[in-house]
Amino acid sequence: MAFRDSPFQAIKTPLTWAAAAVAVVVAVVSVALLFTDHRTATRAGAYGAARGEFDEVMEPVTNVVSAPVRWLSGVGGSTGAYFFAVRQNQDLKRQVQELEHWRDAAIALKNLNLRYESLLKLRTEPPIPMVAARVVSDARGPYSDARLADAGSGSGVKIGNPAMSEDGVIGRIIGVTRTASRILLLTDVASRTPVLIDRSNARAILTGDGGPNPRLDFVRGFNSVKDGDVVLTSGDGGLYPRGLPVGVAARDYRGIWRVRLYSDRAAIDFVRILIFDDFSQAVSQAELADSVLPPLSKDEQAQMEAARAAAMKPAPTLTVGPAGAGSSSPAQATPTVAARTRLVAQGSVDPAIAAHAATTAKVPGHPKAKIPKGAYRPDEVLAPTPQQPGDQPQ
Amino acid sequence: MSRTAQSLQLWRWLFVPALASIVATLLLAAPFRLFGLGLPEPVFAMVLAFSWAVIRPSILGPLTLMVLGLFDDLFWGGPLGLWSLALIGAYGLALSGRSLMAGQGGVVMGAWYAAACCLASAIAYVFATLTAHAQPSVMAVIWQVAWTIGLYPVVYWLTDRFEDADIRFR
Repeated sequence: MAFRDSPFQAIKTPLTWAAAAVAVVVAVVSVALLFTDHRTATRAGAYGAARGEFDEVMEPVTNVVSAPVRWLSGVGGSTGAYFFAVRQNQDLKRQVQELEHWRDAAIALKNLNLRYESLLKLRTEPPIPMVAARVVSDARGPYSDARLADAGSGSGVKIGNPAMSEDGVIGRIIGVTRTASRILLLTDVASRTPVLIDRSNARAILTGDGGPNPRLDFVRGFNSVKDGDVVLTSGDGGLYPRGLPVGVAARDYRGIWRVRLYSDRAAIDFVRILIFDDFSQAVSQAELADSVLPPLSKDEQAQMEAARAAAMKPAPTLTVGPAGAGSSSPAQATPTVAARTRLVAQGSVDPAIAAHAATTAKVPGHPKAKIPKGAYRPDEVLAPTPQQPGDQPQ
Repeated sequence: MSRTAQSLQLWRWLFVPALASIVATLLLAAPFRLFGLGLPEPVFAMVLAFSWAVIRPSILGPLTLMVLGLFDDLFWGGPLGLWSLALIGAYGLALSGRSLMAGQGGVVMGAWYAAACCLASAIAYVFATLTAHAQPSVMAVIWQVAWTIGLYPVVYWLTDRFEDADIRFR
């Protein structure tokens, strides 16, 4: 049968409806992609193979595209320097005079600091190696602030490494390929950075929102931020080392604390990537979870028991478990603190559970003063144990 | 028929503008600052999302927009799917209103284009808030929308070039 005789010949799909149907399908796929995307996660593989391949391809392309712009920028800078040479010279002389005073103070403080460190036997941070990279592309929209740099895993860069310009912190690495890495800026809407206020040591979270000045959220303390306070990375959470310069605190027109970033002083063209292994990256979480603590020596055990006993006075009683429930004799129903400590040290009880019990037991009638079911046999643990030499009376 | 109207060959009205949009995005992503200000970052694909719906309904249109949206997301390092969703929103608005736009002047079409830009930005704002658990800066959004609306002369030129190429789609 010829096609023109087919009954399907009369079926015509309206083009507008077909286009609309495809648009709906595209929208559904896009929403699914959005909610399965984890671009800012620090775990390996979260960045995605597609993003990695794309960055690998785009790095040489954007490098070529941005070459004339870099040249133009260099010419502009040279021209400006030529015309404003006299004024720049005066400014620099004034700055040198000011900085000489600070240099002398820094040398004295460094000497004093080294002395204190050696006296107190402090474990100081080791020097952090760095990799220099050139930024080859720039995204500045409200929904993504990121840079593509031309140094990747081949140069030792890893996900989570902090990145700095010559002025201050700019962000951290969220994706790495062999030759390129993607830097999530502090201003990105998905960026959260633990920071501290240098003057008051108050902690806060620097939250990007796509604008040039990220917000200071969750500021600890009362009146702990003032206009002009220097903001540094706090090192909390381990992603950034402590003390990297971030910017200066300032209030916006709504009274919200924001940070004028040091890195915003000039174009971010060259960056330094800090090859900084935070603690969570340096250790094997699986090994930590599986490891068994070594047994305590007798001296250590005695010290620990004495310290625990002293800290727990007046000693509370656990009111949970079959032995303790309704018992009128706490001495029979509950273990001593030292016995609990000993059980923890022997590995019979999960330390977290023992700590939980110790915490909740401090408050008489605490609604949460119960041990999670199934963690261990209450009658086994809470049964009275023979007095040991190190035990303190309840 | 417009004097400059071109025939509706697929590569001419679909692929070449898509390529031009990618190249323009690449160029404006250069790390360049003048007097402390960086280059603007309009969404060039928005021009196509609106124009393609006006020129003619097509199955390839939304699919190409999805590719362009994913390109923007990957290139700018944003959440994957954000711009493909926003562009499809703008395309849907233009597609639903194309019969109302037929025969109208440049001002009316400009108003429709501005509305499409605002809708796309609203979609992007909502989904960026949901995925990042933080609200993007409204000023930054307005800045980007303003630059994108500023591309309207390109929209006008593109639709004028192809709108009357095939009267079946009027």
